[in-house]
Amino acid sequence: MRAFFALLGFEIRLSFRRGADAMIVVGFFVLTVVLFPFGVGNDTVLLARIAPGLVWVTALLAAMLALDRLFLTDFEDGSLDQLLLSEIPLELAVLAKAAAHWITTGLPLILAAPVLALILNMNGAGFFHLALSLALGTPTLTLIGTIGAALTLDTRRGGVLISLLVLPLYIPVLIFGAAVVTAAIDGIDASTRIMALGGFLLAALALAPLATATALRQAAR
Amino acid sequence: MKFESMIHFLANPARFMRIGTRLLPWCWALAALCTGTGLWFAFVVSPPDYQQGESVRIMYIHVPSAWLALAIYSLIAAVSAMALVWKHPLGFLIGRAAAPLGAGFTVICLVTGALWGQSSWGTWWVWDARLTSVLILFFLYLGYMALGNAFDDLERGNRASALLAIIGFVNIPIIKFSVDWWSTLHQPASVLLTGEPAIHPSMLTPLALMVVGLMAYFSALLILRVRAEIAGRKVQTLMMAGAMGSAGNS
Repeated sequence: MRAFFALLGFEIRLSFRRGADAMIVVGFFVLTVVLFPFGVGNDTVLLARIAPGLVWVTALLAAMLALDRLFLTDFEDGSLDQLLLSEIPLELAVLAKAAAHWITTGLPLILAAPVLALILNMNGAGFFHLALSLALGTPTLTLIGTIGAALTLDTRRGGVLISLLVLPLYIPVLIFGAAVVTAAIDGIDASTRIMALGGFLLAALALAPLATATALRQAAR
Repeated sequence: MKFESMIHFLANPARFMRIGTRLLPWCWALAALCTGTGLWFAFVVSPPDYQQGESVRIMYIHVPSAWLALAIYSLIAAVSAMALVWKHPLGFLIGRAAAPLGAGFTVICLVTGALWGQSSWGTWWVWDARLTSVLILFFLYLGYMALGNAFDDLERGNRASALLAIIGFVNIPIIKFSVDWWSTLHQPASVLLTGEPAIHPSMLTPLALMVVGLMAYFSALLILRVRAEIAGRKVQTLMMAGAMGSAGNS
């Protein structure tokens, strides 16, 4: 357990030093959301209606951006082999890396989202639920993303391929995440959808490290 | 464990090819016969629908393709599990060979469904649960094929795509039960594994014939493609051996 926290702290410090990842992710998030009013026109009613889904989709795409670098540096410099040989179960190591990745890329998204919802003129009733749904959803997206990152570890076009692999698994999270916000705006009870999001997160926490560890063992062979 | 020993018996690629080559003409014959009579029943004998008229006949292509798309993905997931657990290379070969066929049937299902939807619902596409999850199935097929071919090392590609196939299997129950869980535009199941089917024999017969015919067609193509994969591997091995041999000599 101490080893897990040591690894977690190490990964977080490493990600903070490579701060570029967080800036790229948030930068992409902001820029893409800003593009939409130019594309669909600045009719505030229309923007307010599509705001929940738009913010969620863009957050999802931004979360996918930094995925291919998740294991790549470790794979290339041999630290992955060290992780495989160490006494920490590989699944725990994957959880530590996913947690560090989420703290550096997911958390900024959650903080930036309400600001972007504001400029899209989203109904104020949805702000808290937007942050809540992203807080439950982005860790799930990171965990599912680790599966994609591990599967495509030594391919030539890893980044694009990750999107193709990971998007089908992202869609349920997206559906329920956006539905939470629209339910809050429409004034209906969002608790079932929140629980569904929580269920996805728990399932991902339990199953994604297993799949990722299997894929990493394949890659290291 | 008789089932497991049967799998081990059949998993020898050479034995699979011997059995497959003997079955091949029968598969073609069954495919031609059943698809032929099925289409005859579908387009000539079976009655037009009292609401939809003649366009209901798209069902006889749409539904068997959908069943086959699901069945082929389940087959790929099963042989991938078999290959990863028991290290049978035949599992990887069957998966690689079957994936484009499954993707093709999914495309047929989606396109015929869109044509049918336009004529009976008035819309080419709707984002209901079953259509969306079948579209996701199509992306899973594409991802499986892309991942398998993305590695320089063939074995690594085999193992990665096999793992992906198993992970994606969670979509199959979603497709199957989506029309039961959410009441949406796509109609619920009329042919059930238990109990009486809810459709008339005059429509059930061509449906059954088309399913059997298309399955035989798929089996024939699968055997041909596995044969081609094995031959391709042999050619590659011979080329590499030739290259190494000449390098040693020069």
